[in-house]
Amino acid sequence: MTIENGVTRRGLLKTAAAVGGVAVGSGAITGFPTIWAQNIKNVTLRQFGTGVSDVNAIAVKCKEDLGFTLQLTALDSDAVTQRAITQPKSYDIADIEYWICKKVFPRGVLQPMDTKKLKYFDKIVPLFINGKLTPDSVIAQGTAPHTVGFVEGQESTKFSKTPTEWFTMVPTIYNADTLGIRPDLVGRPITQWKDLADPAFKGKASILNIPSIGIMDAAMVCESLGVIKYADKGNMTKAEIDKTIAVLIDLKKQGQFRAFWKTFDESVNLMVSGEVIIQSMWSPAVAAVRSKGVPCVYQPLKEGYRSWGGGLGLAKHLSGIELEAAYEYINWYTSGWVGAYLNRQGYYSAVLETAKAHMEPYEWAFWMEGKPAEKDIMSPEGKLMEKAGAVRDGGSFYERMGHVACWNAVMDEDKYMIQKWNEFIAA
Amino acid sequence: MTVTATAAPSGAAHSARVKLLTRLAPHLQALPLWLVMGVFLLIPIATIVMVSFWEDQEYTLAPGFILDNYRDVFGTFVTFSTYVSTLRYALIVWASTLAIGFTVAYVLAFHIRSTLWQMVLFQVCAVPFLTSNVIRMISWIPFLGRNGLLNSTLINLGITDHPLEFLLFSPFAVVLTFVHLYSLFMVVPIFNTMMRIDRSLIEAALDAGARPIEVMRHVIVPLSLPGIAIGTIFVVTLVMGDFVTVQMMSGGQSASVGLLIKNEISLLQYPEAAAHAVILLLTVLMMVWAILRVVDIRKEL
Repeated sequence: MTIENGVTRRGLLKTAAAVGGVAVGSGAITGFPTIWAQNIKNVTLRQFGTGVSDVNAIAVKCKEDLGFTLQLTALDSDAVTQRAITQPKSYDIADIEYWICKKVFPRGVLQPMDTKKLKYFDKIVPLFINGKLTPDSVIAQGTAPHTVGFVEGQESTKFSKTPTEWFTMVPTIYNADTLGIRPDLVGRPITQWKDLADPAFKGKASILNIPSIGIMDAAMVCESLGVIKYADKGNMTKAEIDKTIAVLIDLKKQGQFRAFWKTFDESVNLMVSGEVIIQSMWSPAVAAVRSKGVPCVYQPLKEGYRSWGGGLGLAKHLSGIELEAAYEYINWYTSGWVGAYLNRQGYYSAVLETAKAHMEPYEWAFWMEGKPAEKDIMSPEGKLMEKAGAVRDGGSFYERMGHVACWNAVMDEDKYMIQKWNEFIAA
Repeated sequence: MTVTATAAPSGAAHSARVKLLTRLAPHLQALPLWLVMGVFLLIPIATIVMVSFWEDQEYTLAPGFILDNYRDVFGTFVTFSTYVSTLRYALIVWASTLAIGFTVAYVLAFHIRSTLWQMVLFQVCAVPFLTSNVIRMISWIPFLGRNGLLNSTLINLGITDHPLEFLLFSPFAVVLTFVHLYSLFMVVPIFNTMMRIDRSLIEAALDAGARPIEVMRHVIVPLSLPGIAIGTIFVVTLVMGDFVTVQMMSGGQSASVGLLIKNEISLLQYPEAAAHAVILLLTVLMMVWAILRVVDIRKEL
């Protein structure tokens, strides 16, 4: 009974959507909002995510441009994963990282997107479509976004190896992470991940204490030291995990680490106070250290970057006008304003072309092309980020994203890895 | 006649009702407390015990009765070494706060003669506790840091030529902060019991020829024991359950049972965390029981 009802309802919606399509196609309604324009203002979309891109300015601008309300909730990545799986009715749009998507999507709580309804699908950076930034790039290890980017069909929860019409998430934000250093205190050029383990920096190094990310940074160090060669750093075997943790425990016992950090501001304080001069860091933390007048470099390294990316996924329960609003929102998200906003924070947007249109040429040259800043570079909130003449650490978009060694990942031996990580902390 | 005849049984019923009420009254009076304790203490603890036997199936909890969580807890060396390190913190902090607490309380109770000054000085002890725990903790970080106030003072005075690294992000920093945070919990109960010691007992001891040290050993210390026991319970339970201080002051490099539980919760391994919590609860209850075996604190309450 209920199933039949559901089918009928869906049939009706399809018809409605088709009518809407015809209306738009025939140019009966011009401008941005589609047929739903009148009712859409009453829609509220609830988006939750990790806070990197849950920026209030985006919700404000969304209300201004589209008319409907966007409610944002920021949580840490563990809580996001749990909520996405256990309370699928509590959100409409999930703003999650790709490794979280790998855990969440197979649970059937999200619905794939029809690529035909995505206005800017063709302009998305190919990194998220086939894993290659340029046609001759090598695909990085870990949970590369394109490996969890498509499913086999509308009702499928099985990831497809090749692009299909059904997109799991629209990529929104990504970046390449590396080590942050205090150039005034390290006293020599830093070129490789293994420099984190250099006895010269004994008691002045730090690594982040978030197991799933910390283990990757540790793996970059181990591989750089030549101790371990991983088949896939993003999916280690038990033996590889054991070896990696053993190296970490050794380093800890030798007193290499000053502290471990868990939150963004801890990493900033360690660096500003000079307690630590080389550590795992996130890009906005480097900016925060610099804004306090303390020199800090986001050092590109020979072995490449550890990268991460996030996107927007649609909750399974979305239908009708809310689903249309969600598509509208996503198309707006990729239409440039948000992309420019994120680019100006030092992240990257997935649709570069539209973002470029919303940025000044000198901003684009600095953030994306690695050229010296012609004028002072301001953050989207209007704070000074870089003085004229500065060059972005790591250079251009292609230099940075072209040297990704590994993506943030979720391992098959996740639980075992966490147990071993706890041993490292307790050692 | 008829009137009294009918009145008698109704009077009996009335007195029976009164009797019942008198018997129920204390229970009724205690009912609000029982309800509060039940809702906020017994039910949560029962839930924790229950969940500790459940199964963790990646992001969902499956009700059941399995011992895997306890096997995991006891099956790793981490648990053992974490308990050792937590107990070591508890012991050192207990000894330090006791020494400080007893001395401060003793001076306040016996050497400050005027009640006004006693109260003023007691307030001085308590004033720092009007600010947040966390703020008092964090303020140690810039003070003890490599380029902190203490290190730069020591270097300027020529006492040392390089910054002392052990001051921050070390077991030393953890203990120092604990002692700073929890000393008052020793001072207050000890001061309270000391104030109740009958001064004539001390005079009697002195008259009987006891030396001051003997007065201390045979009169003051035994009579202060209930206060010491209460302070000990406060300090030990606070240190055993802590996770913030250890994490912040050791720079995440030192483990404590509370931190272990917190890590498990943040990784959503609720059943394992519950098992750890149950064991920690039992450990602390055993410690409290041992303290109560030694000292009868009811005597003073």
